Amino acid sequence: MENFDIGLVDWSRAQFALTAMYHWIFVPLTLGLAFIIAIMESIYVRTGDEQWKKTTKFWMKLFGINFAIGVATGIILEFEFGTNWSNYSWFVGDIFGAPLAVEGIMAFFLESTFVAVMFFGWDKVSKKTHLMSTWLVAFGANLSALWILVANAWMQNPVGMKFNPDTARNEMVNFWEVLLSPTAINKFLHTVTSGYVLAAIFVVGISAWFLLKKRNVVFAKKSMVVAATFGLLSTFFLVMTGDESARHMAKIQPMKFAAMEALYDGRTNAPLIAIGILEKPQDPNNPHPREFYYKIEIPNALSYMAFLSPRAFVPGINDLINGNKEQGIISIYEKIKSGKIAIKALKDYKEAQRNNDEALQAEKLQLFEAHYKYFGYGYYKDAKDFIPSVPLSFYAFHIMVILGSHFGILFIVILILLYRKTLEKKRWVLWISLWTIPLAYIASEAGWIVAEVGRQPWVVQDLMPALTAVSNIDKTSVQITFWLFAFTFTALLIAEIRIMLSQINKGPKDGGQ
Amino acid sequence: MYEVQTKMRKTVFHKIFNFYYDGFKTMTWGKKLWIIIFIKLFIMFAILKLFFFPNFLNSNFDSEKEKGDYVIEQLTKTE
Repeated sequence: MENFDIGLVDWSRAQFALTAMYHWIFVPLTLGLAFIIAIMESIYVRTGDEQWKKTTKFWMKLFGINFAIGVATGIILEFEFGTNWSNYSWFVGDIFGAPLAVEGIMAFFLESTFVAVMFFGWDKVSKKTHLMSTWLVAFGANLSALWILVANAWMQNPVGMKFNPDTARNEMVNFWEVLLSPTAINKFLHTVTSGYVLAAIFVVGISAWFLLKKRNVVFAKKSMVVAATFGLLSTFFLVMTGDESARHMAKIQPMKFAAMEALYDGRTNAPLIAIGILEKPQDPNNPHPREFYYKIEIPNALSYMAFLSPRAFVPGINDLINGNKEQGIISIYEKIKSGKIAIKALKDYKEAQRNNDEALQAEKLQLFEAHYKYFGYGYYKDAKDFIPSVPLSFYAFHIMVILGSHFGILFIVILILLYRKTLEKKRWVLWISLWTIPLAYIASEAGWIVAEVGRQPWVVQDLMPALTAVSNIDKTSVQITFWLFAFTFTALLIAEIRIMLSQINKGPKDGGQ
Repeated sequence: MYEVQTKMRKTVFHKIFNFYYDGFKTMTWGKKLWIIIFIKLFIMFAILKLFFFPNFLNSNFDSEKEKGDYVIEQLTKTE
C-alpha cells in the first residue's frame, strides 16, 4: 500500500464521484418523465382531448431542457476512465466494451432518432407514429441505462468473465451471465424505478405550484393524476426491487450490508434500525462508531430482510474482519494472505514467461488461479482498510428509505384528495409536494452513495481496489479538473434550473413548442 | 434505374434535412438552450478532452502488449 499515492487515489475518487453525481441529477428525470409523457400522449391519442396534448407538450418541453443539458455529461466519466482510471479500464476492458457497444448501437440511435420525431414531428407525422416515437424515446432512454447499469453491476459482482494473465484483462466468457446476473437485474430495476418516482415527484411538485398559484388548474390536476398514479405504482416496484437488492447484497457484499445498518457484531434475530443517530467515535485509532445515541429498532427485521428468516444470522463488520468459524465466514486476514499469494504468483508467472520457463509458468498460473478470488485483498495489510465509511453508508441508506416512504405516502394522499376534489383546499399538501422535489433528488443521490461508498475500497469487488485502479498521473492535474468540473457542472445546473423555471412560469399556454 | 434511385435518395435526404431544419427553426424556446449546449460540448470536447484528458495508456504506449505489460507491472508492484 505504501507504493500507492493515497492523495491521488482520493482526489480521483472525489472527481469521479462529483461527475457521476452531477450526471445523475439529469438522468433519472429523463428516465421517468419520458414514460409520464408517453402515458399522457396515449391518453390524448385515445380521447382526442386537446387539453391532454397541451399537457403532454408542456412536460415534453421540460423533458427536452433536461435531456439537452444532461446529454453527454456522462461522456466525462468515459474521459476519466481513460485518463484517471487507466489500469481499471484496461483490467475490465472487454467486460465494459461489449455492453457499452450494444448501448451505442441500439439505445443511442433509437433514442436520438425518435427524440427528433417527438419534438419536431407533431404536425408532420400521424398521431400514432408520433405516439410510437414518444414510447420509443422512453424505452430507448431506459435501454441506455440498462447497459451502463449492467457494467456497474459487474463491478459489484464480477461474473461471466475470466482474467487473462497474458493481457492483464478480464475476458467475457458468458455474455448472458453478465447481463442476467441477479445483481444486474436488481440494479437496473431498482435504479430505473427510482428515476420513475423522482420524475413523478417532479410533475406532482410543479403541478402543486400551479395549484398554489391558482393557475392552469385543469392542466395541473390532470398532470397530478397521471404522475401520482405512475409514482405510486413505481414506489411499490421500488420497494420490491430494493428488498430484493438488499437480500442479494447480504450474500455478495456482506460488508456493505453491515455498514449500511452499522452492524458491528453479527447476530441472529437481528433488528433493523428504523431510525438511528450514531455515536461519535470514542477511539481516534478506531474511527468507527459502535453505538447509537438514539435508535428505533424493528425486531428480527434485518435477519428477515437478509435471509427471509427472522432467526437467521446476519454477519457484522467484526465477523467479516475477524472471521466466524461457526458461521463459516473466513477472516479478512486469510483473504489478505491469499491475495498476496495471487499477486506474487502473477509476478512470478510473468517472470517465468520472460525466461521461457514453461514448467514454472504452468505452476505459477495454477497457483495464481487458485488464489485469484481474493486477488485485490493482497494490496493491504490492515483489515480496517476494508471497512467503508459506516456513517455515510448508514445515513445515506436511512435517508433513502425514509424519503422513499414519504414519497409513497404523498402519492396516496394526492390521489385521495384528487378523488375527493379537495386537493386545492389542502394548501399544506401542495407546499409539501413542491418541497418534495429536492428531497427526491437527495434520495436518488443517497441511493448511489449506498451503492458506491458501501463497496469501498473496491472498484471491482474483491479483485481491484481503487488504489490499483488509478493512473500514475500528477495529483495536481486531478485537482485542477475536479474544480473545473465543479464549476462547469454547477454552471450547467444553474442554467438548467433558470431555463426550467422560466418555462414553468410561462405555463402550458403556448402549447409547448 | 440508377437515376431514379439517386433521385429517391436525394428526396429522402432532403426530407430528413428539412424535418430537422424546420424543427430547429420553429423552436421558440430553444435558442438559449442551444447556446448552452454548444458551449457545453465545446468545453467538453475542445478543452477538457484535448488538454486535460488524454488517454493515459494510448499516450504512453504504442502496442497492446506494452499496455498489458505495464498494467501487470502496476498490479504486481506491491511485492
